[in-house]
Amino acid sequence: MENEKLSLPNYNIPEDLENAVVITTLDRLYNWGRRSSVWPLMFGLACCAIEMIAAQTARYDMARFGMEVMRPTPRQADMMLVSGTVTKKMLPAIIRLYNQMPEPKYVVAMGACASSGGPFKEGYNVVAGIDKFLPVDVYIPGCPPTPQALIAGMIKLQEKIDRQSIKTVRWYNKEKVDGNYVPMPILGPDLIDVRRNAEYKAAAATKEGA
Amino acid sequence: MATAINTSTTDLVTRFPNFVTLDARTGYTGFIVKKENLVEVATAVRDEFGFDLLTAATAVDYIAENKMEMVYHAYKTTGGAGLIFKVQVERVDPIELPSLINIWPGVDFQEREAWDLYGIKFTGHPDLRRILMWEGFEGHPLRKDWKEPFFEEETKPFKSRWPDGQHTFAENKNPFRDNLNFPKDFDPEKYVVTGEDDLYMSLDRDSRKDEAGNMKTDHIVVNMGPHHPSTHGVLRVAVQLDGETIIGLKPVMGYLHRNHDKIGERNTYLQIIPYTDRLDYFNSMSNNFGYVTTVEKLMKIPVAERAEYIRVIMAELTRVQNHLIFIGMLMNDLGAMYTPSLYAFEERELILDIFEAISGARMMCNYFRFGGVVRDIPDDVLQKLKDLVFERLPAKTDEMERFLNENEVLVARLKGIHVLNADDAIKYSVTGPVLRAAGVPYDLRRADPYSIYDRFDFDVAVRHNGDMMDNYLIRFDEIRQSLRILEQALKQIPGGPINSQKPAYQVRVPAGEAYGRVESPKGELGFYIISNGKPNPYRYHVRPASFVNLTAVESMCIGSKIADFVALLAMLDIVMGELDR
Repeated sequence: MENEKLSLPNYNIPEDLENAVVITTLDRLYNWGRRSSVWPLMFGLACCAIEMIAAQTARYDMARFGMEVMRPTPRQADMMLVSGTVTKKMLPAIIRLYNQMPEPKYVVAMGACASSGGPFKEGYNVVAGIDKFLPVDVYIPGCPPTPQALIAGMIKLQEKIDRQSIKTVRWYNKEKVDGNYVPMPILGPDLIDVRRNAEYKAAAATKEGA
Repeated sequence: MATAINTSTTDLVTRFPNFVTLDARTGYTGFIVKKENLVEVATAVRDEFGFDLLTAATAVDYIAENKMEMVYHAYKTTGGAGLIFKVQVERVDPIELPSLINIWPGVDFQEREAWDLYGIKFTGHPDLRRILMWEGFEGHPLRKDWKEPFFEEETKPFKSRWPDGQHTFAENKNPFRDNLNFPKDFDPEKYVVTGEDDLYMSLDRDSRKDEAGNMKTDHIVVNMGPHHPSTHGVLRVAVQLDGETIIGLKPVMGYLHRNHDKIGERNTYLQIIPYTDRLDYFNSMSNNFGYVTTVEKLMKIPVAERAEYIRVIMAELTRVQNHLIFIGMLMNDLGAMYTPSLYAFEERELILDIFEAISGARMMCNYFRFGGVVRDIPDDVLQKLKDLVFERLPAKTDEMERFLNENEVLVARLKGIHVLNADDAIKYSVTGPVLRAAGVPYDLRRADPYSIYDRFDFDVAVRHNGDMMDNYLIRFDEIRQSLRILEQALKQIPGGPINSQKPAYQVRVPAGEAYGRVESPKGELGFYIISNGKPNPYRYHVRPASFVNLTAVESMCIGSKIADFVALLAMLDIVMGELDR
């Protein structure tokens, strides 16, 4: 709904100028530029990374959607594709990468493990879904998702970008400068999410047994 | 094969009558060695009996008998049956065993794994740090009395899901409302992070000061990974550099440790098959192969004739696509960014199409079952497969060789750069193409034939220089040999049933132990399973090729340039799903 409103600004263009002038909104122009060049972070975690590579190759060719430029450095990436099982040991590295990415940034959870822990959820070293730490924009189901599913998820992300407005996006909001900074978790006797310290302390105090 | 084991049995007990006994438990083989004499016996096993390749070393927690056991599997690189010896120790902390690292340096990471997951201290091990979990982690997770935070019951199927089917969230049962477990009265704010001083000290053993105690010139420590485009996943390597020369190197792993063994011990035998897919995620068919072969050994059931052929076909197709990807990724690492791997992936997609047609999934095939396979190959897929094997793949392999092999840059980067010589490769328990490129013709399909590989006419690919060029070319040789096997298998494949057993959710596995191994594209993939007659394995251990091969990386890389390190690592063809499990 909103998207349609953005693309139809209701200006009457004189007939002789119709082929020469296009009228659009700033939002639409801004989003068109961003959605057509979403650069993923070149970052594979597990099995899903292989399907991510396959999606980049000739048969599926994600370049059709402007996503072929995989950047190994987070400072040049727009989107983090969490492609695989997130382990507790790996999590601090992921958070650090996310914090280093400049805004605007998006997170896509690819596959069952990144979305929820998947088949490995019960494992003692597994984080049951990256959304416990990072704000996820798109979840892609599958174990692993086929390249087609990955591309469908990327198109969903593009639709999401289309709906954003330059007036309201968080990265131009002066009051929330550090809006999406995630504090680094600590590897202690188990994974310590520093935002939940008080909760851990209370639970550990009431814990039964030794 | 059985006779071979018996011969060596008598030998070891006769040789050491005072401290070696036969393992007399039903279903078990091998010997039990006294802890005090372990080093002596192990030396004799290597030097007198000629078992030069220690493939697997793993611990087992017999909590009911209050014993901790370490199991060693030694083999000869000339082929034949192996020798299993075990050492038992009282299960009272601190549990200590002598390290065998001076006899077989390849045991290094496996002993560190046993320390990490079982808490067995190996005296004499120079660098006994945790390997899969981090320093400071509470407990040793594979012990039978250690429960994971989401623990529900000892074994599946859990009652909360079957037969009652009442849905519960694992989070709600845990006091920390998450996959977490802290010791009693733990205060996160007062926790002092220990950091990684041990790691950096281990790098730095002797370089910081000279004999007079003076500071030497600065060496730089560079951490590559866990996020690095050339470490093939989430491996991290701490490298110490003197200029551009590597003078110290330690791999750090566990960033993809998904607790395969612990989850496997909760699962039923059938439930493990899809998990094995996710070990080496390039080669799910080979992983399935190794696992079902091991369980079939325990169950002592035959495999349907047609299924044997299908299995071999799938395993060899897997090998072809793995080596194609290896070549593509190696080119990536050498700087030929993406074009060669696009060629490789084109062929891989065609092979994955076959997998998808027969199993329903591109990568995670979950195709093998005990006694056979789950679905038959339809005729049209078989025809497609024949076209691929008889025409397209040989032509495309030639094409890749023509494009790449004489490329000047490639030759300059690969030729004459030393990887491993034969002695070192055996010493570090390296298996697979890296060992064969060093001139040791050790291929399990010939050395210890499993399935129906003895029926096919093929050569063990072997090269003799042990440099990077040979390591690269041997992959092409292996593709050719695999295609030869595929051609024969496709011509000979008989009709008939595809499984010798009736489909069942639960299989009956008699008590005992089995070590099964297959030649996966990366090397020897072993599974060590102990059954106690229940529907779940008592001990389930994977001996991954990548993990053990990586033991050699330190000695391989010291002295070479940092730019070559990436290519040297690529030669080992590691895959993190298998390495970290």
